Amino acid sequence: MSIGFGYVTPEQIIKDKADLARKGIAKGRPLVVLEYADGILFVADNPSTHLHKVGELYDRIAFAAVGRFSEFENLRVAGVRLADLRGYSYGREDVSSRSIANAYSQTLGQIFSEGPKPYEIELCVAEVGADGSPSALYHVLYDGTVADRKGYLAIGGQADELDAELQRGHSDGMDLDAALGLAVRVLRSVSQSENSSRLEVAVLERGSGRRTFRRLTEDDVTNRTSGGEDATVDPGISPPEDGKAKDAT
Amino acid sequence: MRDPFSGPPLFSPSFLDALRAYAPDLLAPPPGVGPLPEVPEGTTVVAMRFADGVAMGGDRRATEGMAIVQRDIEKVFPADHYSAVAIAGAAGPAIEMVRLFQTELEHYEKVEGLTLSLEGKANKLSQMVRGNLPMALQGLVVVPLFCGYDERRKTGRIFRYDVTGGRYEDTDFHATGSGGRDARGTLKKRYRSDMDGASATAALIEALYDAAEEDAATGGPDLIRGTFPVVATVTADGYQRLSDEELRAAAEQIVAARARGEG
Repeated sequence: MSIGFGYVTPEQIIKDKADLARKGIAKGRPLVVLEYADGILFVADNPSTHLHKVGELYDRIAFAAVGRFSEFENLRVAGVRLADLRGYSYGREDVSSRSIANAYSQTLGQIFSEGPKPYEIELCVAEVGADGSPSALYHVLYDGTVADRKGYLAIGGQADELDAELQRGHSDGMDLDAALGLAVRVLRSVSQSENSSRLEVAVLERGSGRRTFRRLTEDDVTNRTSGGEDATVDPGISPPEDGKAKDAT
Repeated sequence: MRDPFSGPPLFSPSFLDALRAYAPDLLAPPPGVGPLPEVPEGTTVVAMRFADGVAMGGDRRATEGMAIVQRDIEKVFPADHYSAVAIAGAAGPAIEMVRLFQTELEHYEKVEGLTLSLEGKANKLSQMVRGNLPMALQGLVVVPLFCGYDERRKTGRIFRYDVTGGRYEDTDFHATGSGGRDARGTLKKRYRSDMDGASATAALIEALYDAAEEDAATGGPDLIRGTFPVVATVTADGYQRLSDEELRAAAEQIVAARARGEG
């Protein structure tokens, strides 16, 4: 054979890259996204108070990611730039989660196929619907695969088990307290370190003005989850009363 | 527009830097040569500090030379949750500057996860006014008035600008635009260091009324069409534009007082 020593088939290269990315993501802590009656809820198992996994992209659009922080943080900032550039050059209503999810998909796809190492991240772009239009959840994988999800989504370590749990517990039109209770319960059920992990909680909430993104403080979450679990929650800065996301990342 | 996902990384939380890197065509064009045609001009804007924060107001008239081109223009805008900007001068570039400034502040907030200090916001606006200097030399002068609630010092603050981007802090009140001089006279007489929001609002509306009496380019309250000078306050609770009913009531009070020969 003319092919020399050390030849690796393209299939093997892709498989190796995918294995690497999947392993990296599976090691990471999980994150769940849930639609509820008035918006979309994000709950992330995140030990850090300052390195956020969930962030505001635009008025009705948020970003959530798991995996390597350095890799998804770049993408989050690029998403904010894309959204603000679009909104500034056209109009605020012309910024859509679909085009941002597409940009992520293209970028991750390109890094996966051309780069020496794929990104070990998985992300979600969520948009809360305006004036009764449905919300959108896009799930973007390490290789650029993009899927349109309905109702709920779990990413990160043990995502399959979490997804199954969410499917059992989720119902359309559940309120924020119920959604938060479900998310916390589901995350606790797979958490390696019982009760000691910190939760990062944020919502995209309909009817809270132009910017719908808001972080929930530790007290908010303890008050809302009835079980009285001693969950340690991201003690973010309390947002102003009108729900404007001034501490949004 | 280039896409912000490719190319070398940009380590800047500034939207202006992002514009320069990815969409330079959206920045203000370099000025051409020769005289410009008449463009709409905004006129008088006023601001005053009070116990809980700061109030800012503007009349509703835009002029082109000797003609009135708009009777209900808004000149006071929220810059972000804790600050406001009011514009005087060429309305087109001024409104565009406000839109860019609003995007800049929100962009910084989203990228960094923190809001800029009031000082930082004022300096950023100064750079933007300076960027407009070539246009100003052609006659398209933009001189904003910026005010906000300083969350660290727990007080309202007012900043004014000149065409070169020079930034000056006013401790009590300021008015700018064609009727600014007349408005300042009233503000000087009405200012008290312990004023509340309602009396500061009344003082601003009275100042705009006086400016409208003296300056042809400043519009007074229009009782027939129901357009009144706009006032917004910025306090620890954030930016709040007074409702049209409140503005009507405040304007009618001044008109009634003047009709009785007071003031």
